[in-house]
Amino acid sequence: MCLSIPAKVLSINENQAIVSVGGTEYEASLQLLDDVKIGDYILLHTGFAIQKISEEEAIETLKVFDEFEDLNEQIKPELEE
Amino acid sequence: MKYIDEFRNKDIVNLLLKNINNISKKDVVLMEVCGGHTWAIQKFGIPSLLPENISLVSGPGCPVCVTSKKFIDHAVALSRVKDVIITTYGDLIRVPGSTSTLNEEKSKGADVRIVYSILDALKIAKENSTKKVVFLGVGFETTAPPSAAGIINAKVQNLKNFSLLSSHKIMPPAMGALIDEGVAINGYIAPGHVSVITGTEIYEPIPRNYGVGCVISGFEPVDILQSVYMLVKQFETQDFKVEIQYKRAVNPEGNIKAQQVMNEVFSLRDDWWRGLGTLPLSGLGVAENYSEFDAEIMIPVEVEETKEEKGCICGEILKGLKKPNQCKLFGTVCNSSNPVGACMVSHEGACNAYYRFNR
Amino acid sequence: MGKNILLGHGSGGKLSHDLIKTIFVKQFENPILSQQTDSAILNIKAENIAFTTDSYVVDPIFFPGGNIGKLAVCGTVNDLAVSGATPKYISAAFIIEEGFPMKDLETIVADMAAEAKKAGVIIVTGDTKVVNKGQCDKLFINTAGIGILEEKYTGISTGRDIKAGDKIIINGSIADHGMAIMASRNFGNFQTDIKTDCACLNGLIKEILDSGCNVKFMRDATRGGIATVLCELSETHKTGIEIDEAKVPVNENVRGMCELLGFDPFYVANEGKIVLVVAGDDAEKVLSLMKTHEFGKHSSIIGEVVSSNAGKAILITEIGGKRIIDIPAGEQLPRIC
Repeated sequence: MCLSIPAKVLSINENQAIVSVGGTEYEASLQLLDDVKIGDYILLHTGFAIQKISEEEAIETLKVFDEFEDLNEQIKPELEE
Repeated sequence: MKYIDEFRNKDIVNLLLKNINNISKKDVVLMEVCGGHTWAIQKFGIPSLLPENISLVSGPGCPVCVTSKKFIDHAVALSRVKDVIITTYGDLIRVPGSTSTLNEEKSKGADVRIVYSILDALKIAKENSTKKVVFLGVGFETTAPPSAAGIINAKVQNLKNFSLLSSHKIMPPAMGALIDEGVAINGYIAPGHVSVITGTEIYEPIPRNYGVGCVISGFEPVDILQSVYMLVKQFETQDFKVEIQYKRAVNPEGNIKAQQVMNEVFSLRDDWWRGLGTLPLSGLGVAENYSEFDAEIMIPVEVEETKEEKGCICGEILKGLKKPNQCKLFGTVCNSSNPVGACMVSHEGACNAYYRFNR
Repeated sequence: MGKNILLGHGSGGKLSHDLIKTIFVKQFENPILSQQTDSAILNIKAENIAFTTDSYVVDPIFFPGGNIGKLAVCGTVNDLAVSGATPKYISAAFIIEEGFPMKDLETIVADMAAEAKKAGVIIVTGDTKVVNKGQCDKLFINTAGIGILEEKYTGISTGRDIKAGDKIIINGSIADHGMAIMASRNFGNFQTDIKTDCACLNGLIKEILDSGCNVKFMRDATRGGIATVLCELSETHKTGIEIDEAKVPVNENVRGMCELLGFDPFYVANEGKIVLVVAGDDAEKVLSLMKTHEFGKHSSIIGEVVSSNAGKAILITEIGGKRIIDIPAGEQLPRIC
């Protein structure tokens, strides 16, 4: 029931959008979301787009792990003792 | 696939595990309250990767699991009414009621159809104008707005043969109730997609009143492990707060439009949760001005008296007090082919996940 | 011949006779069937005979990449081939709903003939019954098959010689058939280009066996997906199995549909996939050989038989976690084959 999946918006027709998940296409309702553009990624849940996925935030989340990389380089000598 | 594969990256996962191991000193219990998290944690084998002092416990996050037997009995009673078509999400059809399941009713000739979306149910209603279509509304704040949107569409399209039987619930009362009951939790892996809709303010009372942190988590392994890291950090530093890990989809105010649609069609009411009993203002009922779409009103039926199964401890499992393998019925009388309790039926149920992935 | 099947076409009289002659005998064309005797007389000299039967009730009967007839021939050919037998003779019995379009029957029978020809088998006997409208869902087919099994291959169907160190191989991507059926049922109205993987694999299997490599077990992964085969394997032989999720091929479009609908590809039906257990030393050789074949291009070594975790199939997940692969509970997708 919590099943929501990132899907790419391919085309928009009024309150509906054709979205794609790895090549499978679905006509989703935009009744619950405004300002959707072609090329956006949305979260698809039981037939509705419920939110846009922010590319910047996704990159930020993954970038945090670069910080961890440095942290690990510092700790490494201690762990190897 | 974008926004999925990057968050399953093995190198990042290993980095996160290293860092969790570095900072985690004390025994810590983290609870997830979203069926999607229960499923993902077991599917990726995350418990096998975490150090022993970190315990992941499943809470009442599976909407099918917390749904009362009475709701199933009501649905079963409706399915037996002439010219009624029951439309439902897949998981619900095998959930045991007092004496039957929707699947059993289907095998006896009842018209029970599994749908992907309430929009499919509306289509069935339009194509079968002489029949009464009932949609079973189950789920938390992620699924309630789609149900609400469906009802609004039914009103706009002037459908006379469509109604919803609601078992929708909201999450925060359950999270507070668990701690009130004395369940020992050091941190909540907070529901990701509920929060997409609601925003984050609904969780503020948890750290404020209970000293328990909340990290709103995505559903990929990288998300879950980063959330574990953040919660462990909060616990080790005793700095409890609401944080968003799932930043690419969750913002503090949530999806206002979806909230408005949900509040337009539903109103809060007291509701019964398996394992927690009745929680005030924790359920969503169809609002008065949409009562022509409320199946409770539109199709009166007699519902049989609820009978609970002896030995089934779904209630305690839903509170994280016991693990599935501590239930006397687990794996023997109650298994994924022959489920006794709701926790075993639903793919998001703790017992089902445990049975399929862990025993 | 009229436009639709009538009750008379199953009653043994002139209509039946015409139907058999103009559709079945014409398409399946072989000297044994042409004799139209009550029994097909087969002159078989063999150390062992492999014998199998299956009924096909797939819904819908036409789906992307195939139909119920193609499924029937491939399914029976494969059941014989994975037992190590050379498929030779097939029977085909049809139960048809009154009113079924003649054109559709012709298409289905023509596809069956084409598949049989590709596989080098002949359909030597059959039966046709017609039932009243509503008493069967369009068309049901039963096929039975006979194959010749050499003594040296008799261990393959039971896997009696499996031991730790043996490798597990699959001949390509999983879950295509189940998802193709799902897509064609209009559940949720998803649009996809997923096609069934339905194919006769006896040619591929013959090449593998002819290589002389030590093949210890084969099974086709149909209903219940590869998970069912792996669970049965570990439970029956009380050995442990370890599978590396990253090595199991899944097509991108299938993955997308599975993620969307919450299906686990391991439990989704296939109709052109075999799971083989091969002696460890021969695994790479078998893999290379399979990759040169039309139906083995994306073959992969997905795991191995281990001495730990006896009786259990364990999955090493794509992030390195560990969990059990369980037998599926009920029907994930009804009437898939």
